[in-house]
Amino acid sequence: MIYEPSVSAIVIFLAFVLGAVGLSFYLGRRTQSSEAYFAAHGQIPWFVNGIAFAGDYLSAASFLGICGMIAAYGYDGFLYSIGYLAGWVVALFVIAEPMKRLGRFTFADALDAKFNSRGIKAAAGVSTLAVSIFYLIPQMVGAGVLIQPLLGLPHWVGVVMVGVVVIIIVVTAGMVSTTWVQFLKGSLLVIFSTVLVVLVLNRGLSTDQSPRETVGPLPLSELSTNRIDDRAVLVPEGGWLDHPELIRLASNDDDGFDVFVVAPTDDASTVLLRRGQTLTKKTTGETLVGGLPLGQGQGERQLRGVGSVSKLPGGSSSTGPLGPVEYLSQLRQSEVLLWSKHDFQETDGSSTTVYYPRPVEGSRILRPGEHPTFAGIRSGKTIDRINFLSLMLALFCGTASLPHILIRYYTVKDAAAARKSTIVGITSIGFFYVLTLYLGLGAMTSGALDVTDSNMAAPLLARSISQWLFAVISAIAFTTVLGTVSGLILASSGAVAHDLVGGFLGIELTGTAQVRLAKIAAVIVGAIAIVLGILFKEMNVSYLVGWAFSVAASANLPALVMLLFWKRTTSQGIIASVIVGMASSLLWVLTSADTYQKVFGWDPADAIAPFSQPGIVTIPLAFATLIVVSLVTSPAKPVADA
Amino acid sequence: MTDEPTPSPVPSDHDRYNARLGIFSFLLYLAFYAGFVLINAFRAEWMDMVVLAGLNLAVVYGFALIIVAIVLSMIYGLWCRVDSPGRDGDAS
Repeated sequence: MIYEPSVSAIVIFLAFVLGAVGLSFYLGRRTQSSEAYFAAHGQIPWFVNGIAFAGDYLSAASFLGICGMIAAYGYDGFLYSIGYLAGWVVALFVIAEPMKRLGRFTFADALDAKFNSRGIKAAAGVSTLAVSIFYLIPQMVGAGVLIQPLLGLPHWVGVVMVGVVVIIIVVTAGMVSTTWVQFLKGSLLVIFSTVLVVLVLNRGLSTDQSPRETVGPLPLSELSTNRIDDRAVLVPEGGWLDHPELIRLASNDDDGFDVFVVAPTDDASTVLLRRGQTLTKKTTGETLVGGLPLGQGQGERQLRGVGSVSKLPGGSSSTGPLGPVEYLSQLRQSEVLLWSKHDFQETDGSSTTVYYPRPVEGSRILRPGEHPTFAGIRSGKTIDRINFLSLMLALFCGTASLPHILIRYYTVKDAAAARKSTIVGITSIGFFYVLTLYLGLGAMTSGALDVTDSNMAAPLLARSISQWLFAVISAIAFTTVLGTVSGLILASSGAVAHDLVGGFLGIELTGTAQVRLAKIAAVIVGAIAIVLGILFKEMNVSYLVGWAFSVAASANLPALVMLLFWKRTTSQGIIASVIVGMASSLLWVLTSADTYQKVFGWDPADAIAPFSQPGIVTIPLAFATLIVVSLVTSPAKPVADA
Repeated sequence: MTDEPTPSPVPSDHDRYNARLGIFSFLLYLAFYAGFVLINAFRAEWMDMVVLAGLNLAVVYGFALIIVAIVLSMIYGLWCRVDSPGRDGDAS
């Protein structure tokens, strides 16, 4: 799709960014000590910290990735919402209070509270860096995705812009400015998502937006003629020959063509042609849409927005405003056009993607198992079921293991404040995740979806309602990236300055020197994030976040839980658990079919890992490692309980 | 490596009570979450059943997991005991 930047979008976007940077400079004047830089002096009010939890946690994956997945496939994206929220239960009931009680600045502080071990500091520091960088990639990719429609700038500009703004935020005032940016972002995200959902419910469902782009029903015999609907049928060649269900008809309006997919009807002797879209990349670098150059001028074409209800219950054309339950109930009884694609080569070497609509019953949209990631639960194959269980386990265990979330427990004054802020976080995050289902389904039926990029579903839903709302939602989405990336870079800089240099290398630094080192580390990690965000441009945002959760859950959670609940845990056991959990999950991810296909471009059938999600193997492995090593190295006298 | 354990913050009676309450609440929610995950993995067709107000089990159970997490966390917050101010973080 071609996005035209609007003045309103640019003005609102700049207001958000300048506001965040201005706030950082204002707060930065009071941030000199390491206590202030890493933990905001532990003086953040619990309610503010709770909303900041939401601002920290609701990343590009939640807002863009989940809404996009729901918009493209239905309920399956909501499984991520459920898993991500369930992880907070672990954080509140198991981790929150001991984390606050044991730690000071970083995740390593808590792990090392009983030991003063340089090995633990090193292992936890490296683990923090690994998880944070994995988590940073999708955020930066998301920034690039957003900046294109918002400001009409290339992907890499968005990535650089986020990197620079976040480095300024983190370097100026550390945890203080990061917290307030996250608080503002969390508040705005929940408030404006609620507004958007209210508008979606008020609009209800209608078939009015369905493009009247069907031909027929036609007799089956007409498919073998050279003219259909008074238009010339283009002779199939190259990759088109492998797809007899696709028919190209010459356009009567321009020199291009329209592609149609042959769909069955209730009458076996007739078929219906549904209009699709084609995108061709020539070997010369030129992009064609329907055989014409991509553009908005004369003799050019662009991809059109999609997503519509094809049938409503009782044959009505519109439901009018609906309540939240009615909306889902009506959709379950409707039929919706979802979009699939075929990729193939033309005879001249150019590659073509055909996007085509397929009617899907609403009852299928509101059930799990339609997205390729989750389709395995209906395949009957044990390995697919294990993969699903593994993903849901990683989501459940991952939240309470994310270093940038854990350090937020040090920003409040005591364990009670840590607990209260987690409850506020769960409430706001849970409420937002309920909204994601409506945002995704609203986008699915908005007629505004971009067939090439599901990540834009939520902002495009807003654009289908109002240009101003699009500007606000896009700016909030951009701030969403800012908030999460700030937290990640802060966690990484703390790991370098506090855990690795101060803890592992044992270099004594004054508070000011430690803060200076952390700021240098923030700049370096920010630069790495920018490079990775550009390199991983094509990767799916939710998929990348899944990696980070698996690595975090395998590397960090077993050590943290055993430290709290098993008296015989030793420092050697913790070090071994963190290293084995991190290495095994990383190795598993890198040798999985998904990575072979999506990252390396290799044949997924050659993958070494038997399934894609490592958690179900690597989390127990990290627990087992800790137990065995601790038993072997256990001192005569058990360590005191936490 | 010969790392010796260093003095750790001693949990109070309230901490121990809160920890027990947390574990009980965690196990309760874990059972609820595990039910959802296992049904999806081994009886996915159950998720298609309409169970309430025209909504299927997938939607109802999914929303319930979110609502129960919020309600359970609030109950936990209400039942937790609070130490005297300023005790936390002393050990750091």
